[in-house]
Amino acid sequence: MTVDNLKTEILTITKMKKYFTIGYRDIFKRRPITVKAVDGISFTVKEGETFGLVGESGSGKSTVAYTTVGMYRPTAGHISFRGQDLFEGKNGRSLSLKKEIQIVFQDPGSSLNPRRSVKQILELPLKIHRRDECRTEQIVRLLEMVELPPDYMYKYPQTLGGGEKQMIAIARALAADPSFVILDEPTSALDVSIQAKIINLLIRLQNEFHLSSLFITHDLSLMRNVASRVAIMYLGKICEVAQTAEFFRNPYHPYTRMLLSSIPVVSEDEEKLKPQKIISTGEIPSPVNVPSGCSFHLRCPRKMDICSQVDPVMIEAEKEHMVRCHLYEQGRQGNNGR
Amino acid sequence: MNSEFLLEINELCVNFDVYGGTLKVLDGVNFTVHRGEKVGLVGETGCGKTTTMKSILRILPMPPARITNGEIYFKGRDILEMPEEKLRQVRSEGVSMIFQDPTAALNPVFTVGQQLEAVVKYSVEGKSLSKKEIRERALIPLREVGLPDPERMLDTYPIQLSGGMRQRICIAMALVASRELLIADEPGTSLDVTIQDQVLRLLHHLVQEKDVSIIFITHTLGVVRETTDRVYVMYAGRMVEVAATKDLFANPLHPYTHGLMDAVPKLTGGGIADGIAGRIPDYLNPPTGCRFHPRCSHAMDICRKEKPAFYNKQGGVSDDHQVACFLYRDGEK
Repeated sequence: MTVDNLKTEILTITKMKKYFTIGYRDIFKRRPITVKAVDGISFTVKEGETFGLVGESGSGKSTVAYTTVGMYRPTAGHISFRGQDLFEGKNGRSLSLKKEIQIVFQDPGSSLNPRRSVKQILELPLKIHRRDECRTEQIVRLLEMVELPPDYMYKYPQTLGGGEKQMIAIARALAADPSFVILDEPTSALDVSIQAKIINLLIRLQNEFHLSSLFITHDLSLMRNVASRVAIMYLGKICEVAQTAEFFRNPYHPYTRMLLSSIPVVSEDEEKLKPQKIISTGEIPSPVNVPSGCSFHLRCPRKMDICSQVDPVMIEAEKEHMVRCHLYEQGRQGNNGR
Repeated sequence: MNSEFLLEINELCVNFDVYGGTLKVLDGVNFTVHRGEKVGLVGETGCGKTTTMKSILRILPMPPARITNGEIYFKGRDILEMPEEKLRQVRSEGVSMIFQDPTAALNPVFTVGQQLEAVVKYSVEGKSLSKKEIRERALIPLREVGLPDPERMLDTYPIQLSGGMRQRICIAMALVASRELLIADEPGTSLDVTIQDQVLRLLHHLVQEKDVSIIFITHTLGVVRETTDRVYVMYAGRMVEVAATKDLFANPLHPYTHGLMDAVPKLTGGGIADGIAGRIPDYLNPPTGCRFHPRCSHAMDICRKEKPAFYNKQGGVSDDHQVACFLYRDGEK
């Protein structure tokens, strides 16, 4: 998957925020307690590319996915798909737009209805989005796409293995013939051997049908192999965005380095790629009480005075390599501690 | 039986009687742990890793489980023959286990303190301790695992803590009495990478300090590489390869080990190999001969008929690189 810079943008997220009210501080419901799940993120996905979104649990990456697919309405900001705002008007988005953006969830065990056969599961998107065609034939074709035999049509999810269930979930997403697929940790519940198979299948399907995708995972080594660009999320904000190769060769943000040095790897070659061991400390704070200033300053090994007061802004440290950290703001550049 | 081992499992077979037949889950497992050694156990989900470990503590639900054959020696004493009273002593002082999911391992309706104190109270020396002493004892491991404000921690409920903190509590619980063998069943799998890194480092540090042996069960090969001395690779109820960690990663022999290694996404990029075709066999009717043969690209006639013995391969860091595969038959001992 090579990236052509001239390619048009398919999905643009601008300053998107999503807050959830989880309770009230007083009985008159005047002072809501809000969780800032996503707090002003912007990125673009280009036609045909796989954009990777990485972060720990609680960083808000799934909220981005669910908002894009239309399960939530953003609190502020815009998401546009091929130039069209996804949340214009009071009513929900049109059927033709829904068809274009589909999602594959993390746990196939709970995203497939146990009381429906595979045929029924795959039939529903066909009924809604492609009314005129012969459905059984379509279902056979979908199963072929994900390398499953046609007789799987009559099986129920509980009789399938984890990998096969995820294949069905992928087939269901493709049934609507989308142009953009969101993959929300599609393999984190699976074994490596099955993960490899699913990832390769996804890459093949993506090339075959010219799909663009938003790939969400917490596994950086997996990201290295699937995404063309990567963004790192921490507490609802993006800290670093870059082309994948560049990103792994030259990580800027201290959090990215901490993540990279925490990955358990299997070979010496990989060991060399990891930044010098940064001892990871602390945990991701609760998004209800986001620390002041840079939200990462409590865990940061290179914290400065300014970090606890002022939230850094996104700057372009190198071409197409954006980072949001005080270390790289004017004058401090060049000293990246490698 | 050999007294140089802390733990020795010989030809362990475990069946599960279920509606419709018998699941032959463990099919002759051999496993040893030396004193002070860090041993890894790798394999796909459902290959019998946890079943093996649960049989060591005799906490398999019986029925449906049934141990049909084999011996488990801990410090030279057969665990399977042990009376309940002796067994309790082993569980309280000898072997303890850290489970994969700390949320499920802790009881949500009791405070952390109540749960930790219960462990102290039912240990061998616990009967003679006063309430205050029990509380003091429960605090010691909490301090060791690096939790902030241990006194307050005793009065919190598990739900008030994050995943990483809960896993630290579980580790603390496993360390309450003096231990000789710690079984860590995927201690970092349900946690984020940075937290997993912290937990693994903590375990590593504690193991060094207290000089206990540890068994790491995991399906993440990277974790094994960084934390263990020796690795067992398990497939469908049998060990298929045993080697010093360095040897295994430098020179994997069994086709299954190869498949696993290739399937791991690498930081160096370059795509992922296609993994291993098929899935773990049905234990109701397991394949004859080598249980891996239906998925193996090197399968020969003999693989379908006979079970491979362990063949020794020399020339690595340690001479003890054994593989259960007919491909290596020529280098017979």
